[in-house]
Amino acid sequence: MVAFIVRRVIAAVLMLAVVSAATFAIFFLIPRALGQTPEGMASRYVGRDATPEAIQGAVKRLHLDDPLIVQYGRFAKGIVAGEDYSLGPRKAECPAPCFGYSFNNNQPVWPTLLDRLPATMSLAAGAAILWLIAGVSIGIVSALRRGTALDRAAMTVALAGVSLPIYFTGLVSLSVFAYTLGIFPGGGTYTGISENPVAWFQALVLPWITLAFLYAALYARLTRAGMLETMGEDYIRTARAKGLKESTVVTKHALRATLTPILTIFGLDVGLLLGGAVLTESTFSIPGVGKLVIDAIRGNDLPVVLGVTMFAAFFIVLANLIVDILYAVVDPRVRLS
Amino acid sequence: MTTPLDVSGQAMEAQPEAVLQGTGGKAIEGRSLGQIAWTRLKRDKAAVAGAVVVVFLVLVAIFAERPFGGLIALFGDPPNIPNNDLIDPMTSAPTAAFGGISLEHPFGLEPVNGRDIFARILSGAQISLLVAFLATLVSVVIGALLGVLAGYFGGWIDTVISRLMDVFLAFPLLLFAIAIVGALPDQALGMKGNALRIAVIVFIIGFFSWPYIARIVRGQTLSLREREFVDAARSLGASNGYIIFREVFPNLVAPILVYSTLLIPTNIMFEASLSFLGVGVNEPQASWGGMLTRAVDYYQIAPHFMIVPGLAIFITVMAFNLLGDGLRDALDPRAR
Repeated sequence: MVAFIVRRVIAAVLMLAVVSAATFAIFFLIPRALGQTPEGMASRYVGRDATPEAIQGAVKRLHLDDPLIVQYGRFAKGIVAGEDYSLGPRKAECPAPCFGYSFNNNQPVWPTLLDRLPATMSLAAGAAILWLIAGVSIGIVSALRRGTALDRAAMTVALAGVSLPIYFTGLVSLSVFAYTLGIFPGGGTYTGISENPVAWFQALVLPWITLAFLYAALYARLTRAGMLETMGEDYIRTARAKGLKESTVVTKHALRATLTPILTIFGLDVGLLLGGAVLTESTFSIPGVGKLVIDAIRGNDLPVVLGVTMFAAFFIVLANLIVDILYAVVDPRVRLS
Repeated sequence: MTTPLDVSGQAMEAQPEAVLQGTGGKAIEGRSLGQIAWTRLKRDKAAVAGAVVVVFLVLVAIFAERPFGGLIALFGDPPNIPNNDLIDPMTSAPTAAFGGISLEHPFGLEPVNGRDIFARILSGAQISLLVAFLATLVSVVIGALLGVLAGYFGGWIDTVISRLMDVFLAFPLLLFAIAIVGALPDQALGMKGNALRIAVIVFIIGFFSWPYIARIVRGQTLSLREREFVDAARSLGASNGYIIFREVFPNLVAPILVYSTLLIPTNIMFEASLSFLGVGVNEPQASWGGMLTRAVDYYQIAPHFMIVPGLAIFITVMAFNLLGDGLRDALDPRAR
């Protein structure tokens, strides 16, 4: 078991290295390949009508004229060991993990990211609880009552749910529940939980429901399909044949097999969301990681974009790792391969 | 219920797939997978409805602007022409009731500049479907090729391709796409403006979603590889290339068809999300997601401007999903 975990952790670290290199290449290599010069890249960060000297200064300061491999080495070293930056006249120490400084406000990227994380986590956690409970139970009931009006109604709603863009659902719910009926506060009213838990809760109800609706629909479909497949297995027939109660067959035999893959997907989905629920956060103006990256892109703030992308990749890889290890705990066959 | 000789309808189901000629006096044809699937698909009302809507939308997109100005000229104004005289300068909303919905403007007018929403929806449909189809094509070509190679050869080839899939799936795709499109220069690769943007969006979506196709193709190939007809072909001296393309590949057409049909709505959503976030095609070219971004500021005074593009995305995605689900049920051997 220990050997298995060590192997998976090494694989995860390697994966992060590959992802970071690819991310870096895409941000720096592709613009270069498309004909962007170091001066051209630098000019995006010093303003439209900067003098050639100012642009040259920016090129030097950001080391944009170094070979890309050297630039990547500096970037990777910053993440692992931290780095000293020269910001104009003063020197700044950037402790690990250093993702550099925002081009727009000269703030270090890492603390900004951490600052935005609670909002994203609040959104993801609340929605995840909602969609897991709602989606899985609807899926199970649908599968057990296959072909009934209830099943058909639930699956129609679920199909509609996965076909609705989340920002459209969000806008409609804002328009109906916040502005017309006035039951919930509108967008942009997020408050930290430590400041005012009641306001925090109220501001998040609509985003939670909106985000959870999409995923609940997805999970209801997945759970139903998995459950139907499991209920057709031979061992379910065996369990019934030996005279077990139907409720025991469902809970003890069928549910376990159905839920394992669902929980895998659940882990990965939550990991993905922690890297920023970009669409939900921008629809409801929640100051989370996703909103940060959208604002950074509008402001051409490359270090922030790069930082958030790496941050999100980290969560995906971490979620993968946790799911793999949990799988090995649940299913001993996995460890052998 | 029916006599044994009646081979139509339900009784057909009970017959073995092929009955030797002469045994029953009357020949009963064997049915191919395609015929069985077609019968099943026709019986699935939801899938047929989805297919009808999909065909309708594709035709609408094709005939939106041509010939002779197409449907847009038939029902309204060109998509990028402002109608400032129809807008109330105080509120920025259309002067007429219900967002200016009328015979000349079936879906009403955009707030502020009064552009015809019907024309813009049609124009946006072209972008949406074009991007979704091309991106799906890219990922199907890459995914099918790599998937079949990994599944057929196994060994280190499989290891490399499978790890590659893991890496691709570990990328936060939406973040990536917005970052790349957001950082695009205005002119590159001999293209500029929206043509460049569309090409890059197609490439990103296609290039990052091939693992979904590859995973399914690999799994199917793994089991096909062990089948007797592959052994038979090999014992007759067939080359790997012949076996892959002539023996294995025809059996992969069904799953590829199903999963590419299901990938199209995902890609439509993706393009709309990019446009919604402001990194899709540029104004004045219309896009469904871009219209929703603008609708955010006006939904209190012009709710139709939010509802129309939202429903356009919803109906399109739902139709493709219905068709894809139906195709899967019809073609999936496990469901039979």
